[in-house]
This record gives sequence, C-alpha cells and structure tokens, in this order.
Amino acid sequence: MSATAVDPARFREPSGPKPHRRFAPATIMVYSVLLVAAVYYLLPLYVMVVTSLKGLDEVRLGNIFAPPLEITFEPWVKAWTSACTGLYCEGLKVGFFNSVFITIPSVIVSIAVGSVSGYGLANWRFKGSDTFFTILLVGSFIPYQVMIYPLVILTTKLGIYSTLYAVIVVHTIFGMPILTLLFRNYFASLPVELFKAARVDGAGFWGIFFRIMMPMSLPIFSVAIILQVTGIWNDFLFGLVFAGLRNYPMTVQLNNIVNSIQGVREYNVNMAATLLTGLVPLVIYFVSGRLFVRGIAAGAVKG
Amino acid sequence: MANVSGTLKSGTVAEQAGAAKPPIRLFRNMAAKLALTPMMATVIFVFIGCTLWTMFYSLTTSRVLPAADPLGKDFAGLSQYVRLFGDNRWQISVNNLIVYGLLTLVFVFVIGFLLAVFMDQKIRFENTFRTIFLYPFALSFVITGLVWQWMLNPAFGLQKSVRDLGWESFSFDWIANRRMVVYTLVIAGVWQMTGLVMALMLAGLRGVDDEIWKASRVDGIPKWRTYIQIVIPMMRPVFVTALVIVAAGIVRTYDLVVAMTGGGPGLSSQFPTIYIYEYMFVSNLSQGLAASTMLLITVAIIVVPWAYYEFGRRRTQ
Amino acid sequence: MRYTLRTVALAAPVAFVCGTASAADCEVTHWWTSGGEAAAVAEFANAFNAVEGQKWVDGAIGGSGDTARPIIISRIMGGNPPCATQFNPGKDADDLIAAGLMQDLTELATKEDWKAIVRPASQLEGCTKDGKVYCVPVNLHSAQWMWTNRHVYEDAGLTPPTNWSEVVAAAPKLKEKGILPISAAQGWPIDLMLTQVLLPAVAGRDVYIKVFQDKDTAAAGGPEMRKVYEAMDQARKLVDPQTIVPQWNDAVSLVITGKAGANVMGDWAQGEFQVANMKAGVDYDCLAGLGVTPMLNTGGDVFYFPKNSDPAVTEAQMKMASLMISKEVQVAFNLKKGSLPIRADVDLAAANECMKKGLKILEDPNNIMPSPAQMMQRDTINQIRDLHNEFFTNPEMTVDQVQASFVDIIANAPK
Repeated sequence: MSATAVDPARFREPSGPKPHRRFAPATIMVYSVLLVAAVYYLLPLYVMVVTSLKGLDEVRLGNIFAPPLEITFEPWVKAWTSACTGLYCEGLKVGFFNSVFITIPSVIVSIAVGSVSGYGLANWRFKGSDTFFTILLVGSFIPYQVMIYPLVILTTKLGIYSTLYAVIVVHTIFGMPILTLLFRNYFASLPVELFKAARVDGAGFWGIFFRIMMPMSLPIFSVAIILQVTGIWNDFLFGLVFAGLRNYPMTVQLNNIVNSIQGVREYNVNMAATLLTGLVPLVIYFVSGRLFVRGIAAGAVKG
Repeated sequence: MANVSGTLKSGTVAEQAGAAKPPIRLFRNMAAKLALTPMMATVIFVFIGCTLWTMFYSLTTSRVLPAADPLGKDFAGLSQYVRLFGDNRWQISVNNLIVYGLLTLVFVFVIGFLLAVFMDQKIRFENTFRTIFLYPFALSFVITGLVWQWMLNPAFGLQKSVRDLGWESFSFDWIANRRMVVYTLVIAGVWQMTGLVMALMLAGLRGVDDEIWKASRVDGIPKWRTYIQIVIPMMRPVFVTALVIVAAGIVRTYDLVVAMTGGGPGLSSQFPTIYIYEYMFVSNLSQGLAASTMLLITVAIIVVPWAYYEFGRRRTQ
Repeated sequence: MRYTLRTVALAAPVAFVCGTASAADCEVTHWWTSGGEAAAVAEFANAFNAVEGQKWVDGAIGGSGDTARPIIISRIMGGNPPCATQFNPGKDADDLIAAGLMQDLTELATKEDWKAIVRPASQLEGCTKDGKVYCVPVNLHSAQWMWTNRHVYEDAGLTPPTNWSEVVAAAPKLKEKGILPISAAQGWPIDLMLTQVLLPAVAGRDVYIKVFQDKDTAAAGGPEMRKVYEAMDQARKLVDPQTIVPQWNDAVSLVITGKAGANVMGDWAQGEFQVANMKAGVDYDCLAGLGVTPMLNTGGDVFYFPKNSDPAVTEAQMKMASLMISKEVQVAFNLKKGSLPIRADVDLAAANECMKKGLKILEDPNNIMPSPAQMMQRDTINQIRDLHNEFFTNPEMTVDQVQASFVDIIANAPK
C-alpha cells in the first residue's frame, strides 16, 4: 500500500475538493453516462422483480416491462413453499439449508487453503514453486465440465463421492487458482520489513502467518469471502454431481422449477424463484459492496 | 525489533528471507513446503493428473465408460481428433468462443474502465451506482441467461414492448437469428462481468497518488492522456488480475449459453464446453475427451508463456 | 454443532427426504418434471409407498434427459448409484451392463413371466442382453403423432386438418391471424419431427429400417431419402426460426393456448393436454403418422436398477420392478402420462380417444417400427439431431448438402 509521505508543499496550496459548478458540462456528461449505464444494469432486475409480482394472467398478456397492475406476492410464496420440482411440490425451501451447509464449509476450507498457499508462494518460495503457481493459473481456465469425469473417479477412489466432503474438496480445488493469485499478490505487496523482522525474531511459517499476516489482511479476506460465497452459493453442477441427493443445493430445485411446465410456463413463479435463489449473494453484495472495493484497494491487486 | 529498513535493497521477500538459510536444501522451509502440500497435491493429482488421464483416454474408443482395453483393441490413435476437426458443430463452437471471448473481453474492460473513471470523479451517490454496477456479479450465470433470454425474446420481450410503444417496425430478434445470437450472449456476459472489473479498476485508480494528477496538470498534459500514458501503466497489476478472472470466466462459459439459448437456434450458439459435456456422458466419452484436450492445450499454449512473462518479471524488479 | 443444527433444520421441512435412513429407502432418478409426467410418476411413487416398509425417494433432475443423464452416469460410476433410474431404452446402457453395474432382473422376469406379458415383444428384447433382463419397460411411447388445436382452425373458418397436407394448406390462413401453423422446439423435438415422423411417413417403413438399422448408405443417398429432405425443406419453410421455443413442452403449450395450430410430438404430449383439461376430439386432435400412414414406432421408458451391495436395497428394487409392471400400476401410470401400457391384458376403458387409437394401431404388427434408440448408438442419434437442427434453421443449407452429410454420418455409424 503506497503511503504518501506528507509533503509540506501541499500545505501551500488550497486544499479540499475543487469546487465546481453544479451543472458543468463535464459533470453532466459523467452523470448521464452513469445513468444510461445504470439503466442497462438495472433493467433485468426490474424485469425480474416486476414479473414476480404479477398474477399469471397479467404475465400472459405479454409485456414484460409493464409494471404490475395488481401486485401479488403469491408467486413468491409459491416459489418458496409449493412450486413443483418434479414429484415433490415443496418449493425452494427444501434446498436452502443444503446450500448453506455446502457453502459455509466450502468457503472456509477453500479460503484457508488459498490464503496459506498464497502466503507460501509470496514469502517462502522454493525451487519449483513458481512452476506450481503457473500450472495452478492455467488450471483456473479449465472449464468444470472437462474435469467432472476424472474428478468423479478421483473422489470415488477417496471414498467421499456423493457426500458433502466431495463437494467441499471440489470447490476448494477450483477455488484455489484465483484465491491463491489474490492472496499471493496481496502478501507480496506487504512491506518486506515486517516479514524479515519476524524471521529475525525467530518466528516460523505458521507463527508469522497467524500473528502478523492475518491481522493485516482483513480486507483481502473479505474480498475472498465475498467471491467464494457468491461463486459457491450459485453453483449448480458440483452440487448436483458430487453432493448426493440429500444435499442438493437450492440451484437444483431452481432448475427443476424452471423446467417444469404445468400447462403453461409460470414465468412469475420462475422469476420469484430465481430471485429467491440469488438472494443470499445479492444481500451480501448490497451490504458489503463498499467493503469489497475497499478490500481490493487495500492492495489486493498490487503485485 | 531489529531495524532492517536501512539495509534493505529492493528485492523479493523470499530472497531476503532466504539469505540466512540452513545448508540442507530439501528440508529448508519444511513448514512452508508442508503447508503448500494441498496446493501441490491439487496441481499434481488434479490438474496434471486429470489432464493426462484425459489425453490418454482421448486416444481410445470410450463410449460411456473409459475403455476397458485402452492399449489393445480399444486404442483409436488420433481418430477422435480427426473426427473432431471435421465436425461442423465443433468448428461452430470454437468460432463462437473466439468471437464471444474477444468481444466480451474488450467491452468488459473498456466499459469497466470508463465506468471506474467516471465513478472516480468524486460524484454523489457513489455507493448507489457502485452497487448497481456490481450486483450482476452476484447472480449466477444461469439466472443471467434466463433473464436475458426472457428479455430478448422477440415474442414478449424488448421487441414487443418497443413495438407496443408505437415503433411498429422495431426489430430486435437477434436471439433467434443464427448470425446475431452470439452478440446477445455478449450483451449478457458483459452485463454480468463488467461490475467486477469496474470495482477492481476503481480500487486501482484510488491507489493512484494525488501527486501524479497534480504533476501532470502542472505539466499541462490533458486528462485523457494522463489516463492513457501514465495511469493505466501504473495499474498493470489490476489489469492482470481482472484479465485472469474475466478470461477464465469466458473459457468456462457454459451455464450462460445453456440457460439463454440452449445452443440454438439450430447449432449457431454452440460452445466448446457444451460439446465436451454432451459427448462425455452417454454418447462418446473419448470424443469429449479429445475436445477437452484441444481446449486445454490451446489454453496452456496461451497462458503458460504469458504467466511466466508476467509473474516471472517480478523477480527482476 | 453444525450437524445438530443440520438435523434440526432438516427435520421440519425435509423430514420426508431425510428421516431415519431406513434400509428400504429407494432413491429414484428421472427427468419427468413436466406437468403430465410428474403426475404419472406420482402414481409410481404412491404405489411403492403403499408397500409395507418401502419408500420412494424422488431424485428428479429437470431439463431434458441431457441434464440428467450425466448425473446418473456419474452416480453409477462413482459407486453411489440411485436405487432405480429412468433411462432411455436402447444402447445407452450397454456399456454399463457390460461393466456389471446393472442389477440382473432375469429371475424376477421369469417368475412373473414378463415374456408373455410384455407387448410388443421388442420392448422386452430391448431390455435383454445376452439372454438376461436388465431393465423393466414401463410404457410404450410412440413419436408419430401430430397434435392440433381444433378451436384454432374452427375459429379461422377451417375444418380441423386430418393430415399433414391439410396442415400445410391451412398455414397461410393461420399466419394471417398471427397464429403459428406449426410450433417447434429446438434440439431433439425438431429432430423427432423430421427423423422419426416425417422420414418414415414419406420414405416408408422399409427405407427407415434400411437406413437406421442396416446403416445402408445406398438407401441413405437414394431417391426416397431425397423426397424426405424435400418434405423437410417444406416443413422448415413453415416455421420461422424466431418462433422456435426452448423445450418440447413449450411448443405443446403453444398449441394448448391456441397460439399455434399444430405440433408434431410423441404421445407424451397427451399428458400436457390432460393437465390443461382439454378433451380429445373436442378441443384437440391427435393424428397418428401425420394422418397419412398409421405407423408407430415403439420407444418407451425403462427403469434400470444399478447394482447395490445392500440386500435391503436389492429387495426394494425387485419390489419396485414388479410393481411397475403390474396391472393396476400400469393403468394408473399410463393414463396420466398419455402413453400406452406395456401389457395388453389391462382394462383401458378409462383411456381417451387418442390412446385407444394408438392401441388399435398397435394390434397390427406391420404398423410397428423400432425406435432410433433401439437401432443406433446415442452418438449417431445426436449427430443426426445436430445435422437436422442445422438444416431446419439454416436456410442456406441445401437439400443436397444435408443429404450428403447424412450419408456421411450413416457411413461412419458403428453397427
């Protein structure tokens, strides 16, 4: 993190933000561009919310941008409690806790492994460690589908296939490249003096990690947590393949709901279901967006 | 605490720390090596091991299960690859990936950077705007694909709404048009990923010292040139991280296409990952594996040299 | 602590899934999530749950079989197979059977004399490999049906069509009213219309079998096939690619809601009409073999039972197989699904007109054709599906080109 030394020269100039006229042409341009962009970004959310509040007859009328004439929460209730996902018509709530039980351990384990690996690669390099890192990086580009088959065989041989453990391991594996990259960059950007001093004091690998590195890395940990929670919560494929029937996450129920048609597609229920499924990551983003940016700014992206 | 700052030369942390190392090289930093075992195991057994397994069985005629006699009667040499290269659907898939990839990459970075620049102008409602641009990243690609499919549906989406407003001849049926469907995927993909890039860029911009701005203003350099010639080079690490995340997301594109267009109309929006997945299970495993190998090799050819260049050069700084 | 929380949390809404892991829980995977299908599967589940000590645990995976099949195969390979699974009949499971991953049902089949019950015999043959029975056929599905919404035509002042030519003839009038002459869904539904329905209707049963069963390239490149492609060309001109919907039930839904006049789909579409409370002969018509030649192919669904080391599960599997083929369950299941029962000795008085039509056609063995899955590998089927989808949506592809590619595929198809 670059620390600006206090420059006495600064005090000779007027300080504070430059006062500008409210409606300077530059300002107008900036705001208009941002507003246009905001429309592009908000439009899908608007459509989702608006459709999810309509009754089925209104949906049939066909105009997805029209606000509901009559607001109803029935689609939400149905999506949560009684939408049909095949034989059972129990809605999404069935999968909610499964998603939680998949996400929490996966996030913890993947970040634990990613942070330690990043730390090791940044501060304790040895011969060949860079090669490992490069291969890991290539690994981040490998599509999940390519690895499914061999991973099924691997987890079977480890005896954990179709359990929560398998899905946690798989999420850790696939989270490793990007997380290691983030943590490695962050730790490498911390002042070298701290590390050297600690080593001179006789601290070892773990000692330095827990007592010095971790307390300083809350910003990057928050970035990592946000990334992992959204990625893992939204996952469909791994939960379906590796977790076993009893552990199917919410996204599997969502897939079934969206694909089942009772005479006509119930778009309003589908939209409500998609919103409900995406609610947890959305809330996390709404609440900690600032933390996210701050975390990145705190050096997550420096080399 | 010993004051070492005065005696430090610029150099990597590890090189400094390694200056006082015990003689036995293998056991040096044992704790570190042990701690890195998960990463190394993953690299060796998963990334390398599974890749080798994939390549090996791509040389066989495996249908549903890996061939029972891969070196004997089920050996197929390069015939799966011959078939792959002659396959119309594979060619379309690769084409789509390239077009989609380049366009999405360019747009995501340009729009992301511009938005970050505007957001950095000390505007009001920064939090609101930032949330608006960032929230799509919180949604899964499945949801993104579904919503954009509904929105771009000619029968009841954007086209119909604009027509209802009076512009009878407005036409936006790209999603049902063989030639244009890839561009609808770009629209959705850009929508999803720009927010993250914007956040990264914004953070990077915030890290640029005020002094730089002042200095360039004093020198009379127009703002836009300051951005291009001074600021962007300074933000190189940000660009790199963003590039990795976005590019990895692009190569992995699957859910978005399946949810949004199903690969259609016809075959026009097929992607390599869909080809791989479909062939891997039930129809022709080794064909899927051959396609996987091609994808992996291509990615490795591009990424490995770049990675060595990019992360290796830090050594010499 | 996590596990206590989990048990408590799951107990309330999910008790029926988790419960006490009794030895007789039978997890069943399938992809029947659509309205009519789900109602039918419920019949199976109810019947099974009624048996003392048995429980049907449903593992539905939505989307066409394409989403579910990889999952099912992964599970079987991964050593955690479902207790029972829906599968497409034909060659899909050959590799799995060869690897010894499927439960042998021969004992049960002999005891209950399936050979005598199952009609037509080809359905059981599809489940037999090397003399052993590995799956239980549960119904007879045929693809050669066209579904029309009578009201759509009546409202346009036309008599509801009785064959393909009449549908084509009525097209301009419907287009004027903004109604689709034919609705189509991308992927296998389009291929079904072209390969399974149009092809045998135009080229005849013999060519159909020569091409797909014998892989005869001369027949594939011959004049009858050319006529077929010309008919496909005519069909694609009727369907605006813009109107192609994602799933088969979307296309049927268009007919149900009166937005389209006709749809070519197998008899499983009937379940959708039933769920929408429409009456055959009044609200909708079902035309077999495009109304031209009353031929039906005999696809159908089968259930496999992956081998399981737990004897309680094996017992459950046997019970389920026996139940699925039993008279009462066959009637209940098939009435809801719109397919035909796999046995001839059941009372289908409750069946509607369309099902009765189908039954009648099946009485004559000359009207029966094997389904593609019984004749070709899934790989070949998929290649043909991709080719025909491409032809259907790409106006630049000529009849000559598509036929040439088709000959290629047949030439390279493994026997």
